Amino acid sequence: MPALAPIDPDLWSDEAQPHLMGGRLPSGEVVFPMPQGEAAKDVEPYKLSRTGTLWSWTSQGFLPKEPYEGLGNGEGEGPPDFEPFLLGYIELPGEVIVESVIVDAKLEDLTLGMEMEFCIVPFNQHKTTFAYRPTPTKGA
Amino acid sequence: MSEDVYIIGAGIHPFGRTDGRSGREQGVYAVREALADAGLDWADIDCAYGGSAAAGNADIMVNELGLTSLPFTNVANGCATGGSALASAQMAISSGMYDLALATGFDKHPRGSFNASPADYGLPEWYGQTGMMLTTQFFALKIQRYMQLHGISRETLGRVSVKAFKNGTKTPHAWRRSEIDLETIMNAPMINDPLTKYMFCSPAEGGVALILASEKKMKELGAHGVKVAQISVKTRPPDSFEVFQAGVSIKDGGKPTVLASQAAFEGAGIGPEDIEVAQLQDTESGAEIMHMAENGFCADGDQEKWLLEGMSDLTGKLPVNTDGGCLACGEPIGASGLRQVYENVEQLRGRGGERQVPGKDGTGPKTAYSHVYGAPGLSAVAILER
Repeated sequence: MPALAPIDPDLWSDEAQPHLMGGRLPSGEVVFPMPQGEAAKDVEPYKLSRTGTLWSWTSQGFLPKEPYEGLGNGEGEGPPDFEPFLLGYIELPGEVIVESVIVDAKLEDLTLGMEMEFCIVPFNQHKTTFAYRPTPTKGA
Repeated sequence: MSEDVYIIGAGIHPFGRTDGRSGREQGVYAVREALADAGLDWADIDCAYGGSAAAGNADIMVNELGLTSLPFTNVANGCATGGSALASAQMAISSGMYDLALATGFDKHPRGSFNASPADYGLPEWYGQTGMMLTTQFFALKIQRYMQLHGISRETLGRVSVKAFKNGTKTPHAWRRSEIDLETIMNAPMINDPLTKYMFCSPAEGGVALILASEKKMKELGAHGVKVAQISVKTRPPDSFEVFQAGVSIKDGGKPTVLASQAAFEGAGIGPEDIEVAQLQDTESGAEIMHMAENGFCADGDQEKWLLEGMSDLTGKLPVNTDGGCLACGEPIGASGLRQVYENVEQLRGRGGERQVPGKDGTGPKTAYSHVYGAPGLSAVAILER
């Protein structure tokens, strides 16, 4: 099976411990995502923290319309096979609050301010995307 | 000094689904109702402002209404289309340039949630591809955090829907006209936690038209209008949290609703305690909860008590969303903000029928407030007085 490709080649850094890529404005403010085109002028690419805390969350209980390309819904992805998923906002201390898919968690486990960590996960049969998941407790 | 402006005619095409009638035709229907209400002919109107999000340009309405050569400006401002049309019509008259202006909005959307293109909002494609570009998620994420911070229960979200559907049974222009009990609402399929199916409004169809006049023209016609005390439209300030944001500032930014509300109260020279009926954006039940506080009507967290004790019911301290709001009427984007103003005009003129609110002194309300919110972070507030 061929390796899965990132959903966007510039969205996270290409290294063993990848970081989500944001941008730092001349004012020092950190933004996400990294601006594109002319808006990127004077914005310095910035590796965002791999850990943060849960700012808010919800579940996605129905199949999003296009341009959603999750399992079974993208081009060449076969019949619709939608699985509800979790998503939320993760506050990266001193940086920015990023919207992200949440994996390895059940809705009832999520609490405001809980520790979260960055990860890359398969998204459909061809692509990977970024996500955050509850930081495993030591010794668990 | 700018001149006072009055609404002297109001018309509506029932919201919901009307097969075989285009969005614009529903708009034309509403304009004819408004003209009849004001006792005017189309040829009397000096200028017009209107639009839709998904049902075409408003200026084509002249094909049906008549080729009177009036200036007709298309407004395309998303959820604030109606509010912006109203603000434009008000300015046209307060400037002294015109005496009679039309503000109209209409729409017709396909079934299901709205789908948006990332490029239209200046966002990268992956945001849509990974399933994060849904308006419903934003409202769920905003109320989820609000509930954690301010102790709002899930039942309170349900009570907002109970009230909306109850008011809808008393409203001829509403779409949902049957009551739904709290248990059914709480146990309905979850759309985006904590919001169930019956806590969300649906895209719909409908049309609204309002006719605005100068004080001089109103007197000349012998009409009894409702005064437009203040209209304020505000886009988002820095560091705010809005729909369709992949990244949010860690600074606690301002809110467009708070800005529009404060500007409207300041301009009208009154405060939240003076308002006797309010229509607040209720895209979902959490939005009504949060907008009660953002518009200054209660403190964060007090909504728990308000909903439990019926303080925003038709006979409560401040009736909110008296026609069932977006929850019972659906949301045709271009018409929705004007529906709120239409409802306030009806309440102020004592024409609310079964849903008429008594006002503080029992003779009907003298002040009314409407608030619309939409992507990409804008709010329009209108305060009316009689």
